[in-house]
Amino acid sequence: MIPAKFDYVRAGSAEEAIRLIGEHGDEAKFLAGGHSLLPLMKLRLAQPSVLIDIGRIRDLSYIEDKGDHVAIGALTRHHDVEHSDVLAEHAPLLAHATKHVGDPQVRHRGTIGGSLAHADPASDLPATTLALGATYVAAGPNGTREIAAGDFYESFMTSALAPDELLTEIRVPKMNGAKWNFQKFNRRALDWAIVGVAAWRNGESAGIGLVNMAGTPVFATAAAEAIASGASPEDAAEHAADEADPQADLNASVEYRVHLAKVLTRRALEAI
Amino acid sequence: MEITVTVNGTQRSADVEPRTLLVHLVRDHLGLTGTNVGCDTSSCGACTLHLDGESVKSCTLLAAQADGGEITTIEGLARDGELHPMQQAFMENHGLQCGFCTPGMIMAATSLLDEQPNPTEEDVRIGLEGNLCRCTGYHNIVQAVLACAKG
Amino acid sequence: MTLTDAPTTTSVIGQRLLRKEDPALLTGEARFTDDLQLPGALHLIVARSPYAHARITRIDTSAAAAAPGVVAVYTGADLTDLWAAPMPCAWPVTDDMKNPAHYPLAVDKVNYVGDGVACVLATSNAAGRDAVELIDVEYEPLEAVVGLEEALSDRVVIHEDLGTNASYTWPLVVEEQEGAVDRAFADAAFTVKERYVQQRLIPMAMEPRAVAAVPQPFGGDITLYTATQVPHILKVMTAITLGIPEHQLRVVAPAVGGGFGSKLNVYAEELLCTALSRKHHLPVRWTEERSENSMATIHGRGQIQDIELAADADGKLTALRVRLLADMGAYLQLVTPGIPLLGAFLYAGVYHLPKAFSFSCTSVFTNLTPTDAYRGAGRPEATYAIERAMNTLAAAVGVDPREIRRRNYIPKEAYPYEAYTGLTYDSGDHIKAADIAADLADYDGIRAKQKDQNVEGSTTRLGIGMCSYFEMCGLAPSRVLASLNYSAGGWEAATVRVLPTSKIQVVTGTTPHGQGHETSWSMIAAEKLGVAVEDVDVLHSDTAISPLGLDTYGSRSLPVGGVAVAMACDKVIDKAKLIAAHQLEASAEDLEFSGGSFTVAGSPDKALPLAAIAFEAFTAHDLPDGMEPNLEAHVTYDPPNFSWPFGTHMCVVEVDTETGSVDVLKYVAVDDCGVQINPLIVEGQVHGGVIQGLAQALFEGAVYDADGNLQTATLADYLVPAASDVPSITLGHSVTPSPTNQLGVKGVGEAGTIGAAPTVINAIVDALSGLGVTDVKMPASPINVWTAIAEATASNNGDVGGTASAPDTSTSATSGEADQ
Repeated sequence: MIPAKFDYVRAGSAEEAIRLIGEHGDEAKFLAGGHSLLPLMKLRLAQPSVLIDIGRIRDLSYIEDKGDHVAIGALTRHHDVEHSDVLAEHAPLLAHATKHVGDPQVRHRGTIGGSLAHADPASDLPATTLALGATYVAAGPNGTREIAAGDFYESFMTSALAPDELLTEIRVPKMNGAKWNFQKFNRRALDWAIVGVAAWRNGESAGIGLVNMAGTPVFATAAAEAIASGASPEDAAEHAADEADPQADLNASVEYRVHLAKVLTRRALEAI
Repeated sequence: MEITVTVNGTQRSADVEPRTLLVHLVRDHLGLTGTNVGCDTSSCGACTLHLDGESVKSCTLLAAQADGGEITTIEGLARDGELHPMQQAFMENHGLQCGFCTPGMIMAATSLLDEQPNPTEEDVRIGLEGNLCRCTGYHNIVQAVLACAKG
Repeated sequence: MTLTDAPTTTSVIGQRLLRKEDPALLTGEARFTDDLQLPGALHLIVARSPYAHARITRIDTSAAAAAPGVVAVYTGADLTDLWAAPMPCAWPVTDDMKNPAHYPLAVDKVNYVGDGVACVLATSNAAGRDAVELIDVEYEPLEAVVGLEEALSDRVVIHEDLGTNASYTWPLVVEEQEGAVDRAFADAAFTVKERYVQQRLIPMAMEPRAVAAVPQPFGGDITLYTATQVPHILKVMTAITLGIPEHQLRVVAPAVGGGFGSKLNVYAEELLCTALSRKHHLPVRWTEERSENSMATIHGRGQIQDIELAADADGKLTALRVRLLADMGAYLQLVTPGIPLLGAFLYAGVYHLPKAFSFSCTSVFTNLTPTDAYRGAGRPEATYAIERAMNTLAAAVGVDPREIRRRNYIPKEAYPYEAYTGLTYDSGDHIKAADIAADLADYDGIRAKQKDQNVEGSTTRLGIGMCSYFEMCGLAPSRVLASLNYSAGGWEAATVRVLPTSKIQVVTGTTPHGQGHETSWSMIAAEKLGVAVEDVDVLHSDTAISPLGLDTYGSRSLPVGGVAVAMACDKVIDKAKLIAAHQLEASAEDLEFSGGSFTVAGSPDKALPLAAIAFEAFTAHDLPDGMEPNLEAHVTYDPPNFSWPFGTHMCVVEVDTETGSVDVLKYVAVDDCGVQINPLIVEGQVHGGVIQGLAQALFEGAVYDADGNLQTATLADYLVPAASDVPSITLGHSVTPSPTNQLGVKGVGEAGTIGAAPTVINAIVDALSGLGVTDVKMPASPINVWTAIAEATASNNGDVGGTASAPDTSTSATSGEADQ
């Protein structure tokens, strides 16, 4: 319950945050909403010696219509993503998936950037932004770079961010009226998904992201291509797990996960 | 490090370690023990209070993150000896038994009604998914929140 | 209404009075143990074994002792002088029961993950938590014994000095003539043989356990504040275990945040805090973290049940065989060995069973957290087995589950009914309860809907399940407890005191922790004494203020403690009557007491209110000769019998056969707990109990790996459901007053939990019976349900598209040979 001791500094801007993490090195971590990091620290599974609190950088909290995409500041809270009119219109799949993150209290503090950078394949937003073909913007000592969602998740809980980089923005392509569906299968409403599916389709384009089907979020390429090229939901869903590498845990065997992925993908595709 | 917060309308300060959680600031340093600790995985919601007008799980925040903020705890709901309508609704509907989850449940429920003034039963049940109770089975808690919304 | 108002004819009992306890709890004023401000207190942190089974070869505390804020570090070996006796087990169920001596900290060997090996005393909790990580313990790991059948094999013996993992075998055979059971099975038209597993549960009361021992600086008195359900029992046991004078020990339960049996115990940390506070002459406190609670606080259930039914051609029970293999965990805590046996008397449930009953329970040690009482304590397990087996019998006989029960219920006219066990069940009307439930659940309507919905190819199948149960509560007649080798009695104490200014104090020996005794006991006293509920104060949970009692568990508080309050009120009225007679110069027989006043029959202007009598008793200026001043009375009540609440629950579910997900559409609970003092409180108890039972059926279960590591140690992994995960509950009730006490009450705290699990599982099996499913393991998680469907489909020979009213006959029931 009590984290190990650490030093605490506050950053007032992205530049300051990057400078501070450069100074403190490997033993430092950013603190955004804290709702992914603090739970680990309370169980002493993570013991950074310095926390750089970026939670007050107001400049990184925004949701803006940028023409062909919506730009979301990394420090935008889930609550604001969930209730955003801009996202309701242009990326409703993301707004809807965000409703399922944690519970209302968590959504008042947790941030989209914090959740994505945490790179937990069992979280809803990595798979959802992956399905939507999002791009993430990272800022470091040498400037900014764009990372496609597909390149962002390297392995379990490990993103492509360098230790001295800060996620600053998520760019979500507008859905332009695409139909979408989100399936989150869990035992209790507040739990992580045993398996989740974020799917959209617009004529001959489609995207399907799977939650908790591998060490990283999975883009179900074969299933998405199948549905985009006119296969039935059932036939397309047969391929749902082609790119997946599901693990067994307390709630599911590998076999059951694969089965669920197919059933949920089929249901999502039937709905759209 | 020194933390200053406005709690239930009064400015308070305390000198705490950076690792001090907001719930421990409130309980141990400010002496407001109504807010409770029920778990260590941000699951149970017994620690729920309001920070800057919104329900948060105070066990999953550092006191440092709340520095300069406005906090309302369960102790701040009743005014001049009159229970807050949510507290009254919980009493009238037998929405509490042992009372340990109750402060957090009430703080979550008031925040829920602020955001959804007219919830359905399902809205209430989903809105309280972050708060666990072992005594009531939730039936009367849900009735209490719906009654408060109507009244 | 106050004493000076005109008397009212409205009865208080039966009203839905709002609770007196609520304002303090609603505003955060109530003080739970961790809320107590104790300046200068030392914080105790326990270092716990990460191994389920290991020898301790070396402990180095030097780094911890040097850590900031640390006052002392102790190993188990350092503290052996503090204990006068090992940790108590108050229920040696057999004379040859094996009970391994264990102490608050292990010395040579650890026997479960979480077993305490050392402890730190520090000036803050944080400093203590940091320091405890620096205690360097070297272990020699041993093979862990995790499964019950593995334990029974004695391949690896946990407590070497005992030579076996079997703690005891407890038989109960009741036969009209020797061999009756075997003959009944041989002659049976139908037999059922089933195995069920009662998974280990973690009680997860929302308040983690907390303790604070506060010594007086001089004189040796010590107050032990602790989140306990049993301050009186704890006081006696602590005095014995620590060898300290009992009269110098005061035990206080502040507000307690739920117990459900998990705070009905004598825990290592209570003993450590008390002993170390005496040693250091400072308050010593401890509060567990949730993942600590999962290991260091007792678990519930943990049984493999083998049950066999024999029935005649009409499906009426002729014999019952039960074999239990029960999980004690690593050690015997306060009443660990007795728990499975509390169910022994209920395996025939609400059904008539002739004297042909063979029961045996073998309990074994495992390298897991000790088990002990958890809501229902033995009775939910028994009810589950018989209620699931009755459905299998129904399928074999080819009738609806309602019908098989109707044929077997003990009829209303048979009460009071002497059961095969020799116990007398006081009252019951099972057909009525079942009919009310069926009406509320629309049983016939659901059966009709199933015909359309549960067809071949359907992926959402509808099911309805039921459970009829008995509850055996009001622990208990002390002589019966003696015959069971239970080390304490079952009485309860009450003192009722009318203060000079006419306010009432009720001192009770019960220890409420959410059940609303302050409100209910006030209502009883108000009714009896003709006073206002607000004019009654109920004192409890502090052995200095309420010195006598046996505390709260086993749904005993109302039928034993509440009745004691009523009886004490009677004694107060009896004494007051004598004073009134004396002062009114009338004969006591001519006096009537109503509306808080004594009047002389036939002379309404000659009246004396209780208020005036109280003041007279206080001044003692004119009392009858030989009468002692003051107006109070004490009763210690030993109940003549258990009490027997009963009921029927029904549940409607829809099962998604593609995912195994279960949706509970409706839950109906019809419970008869006799007279209801406060229906609001009764309903709350049923709601909470039902959801805990439903949670066992659908969500919960302590999961261990092969090395005895708990995989479900947090509320993120151990699935206590939230409001979003459970249904609302439809309640019905009947009132069959208990004939064994003047209030007609029976107790209701555990009934909901007893009824719910079999109701839910019966509904799921009913939904899937058309697919050949005959059982689903608890918890009926999606994967367990899906697996049950897959296995049944793979081996199904029966009627795939069948409906629930014609269940698949490929069950484990067999038709016996007809009598030759």
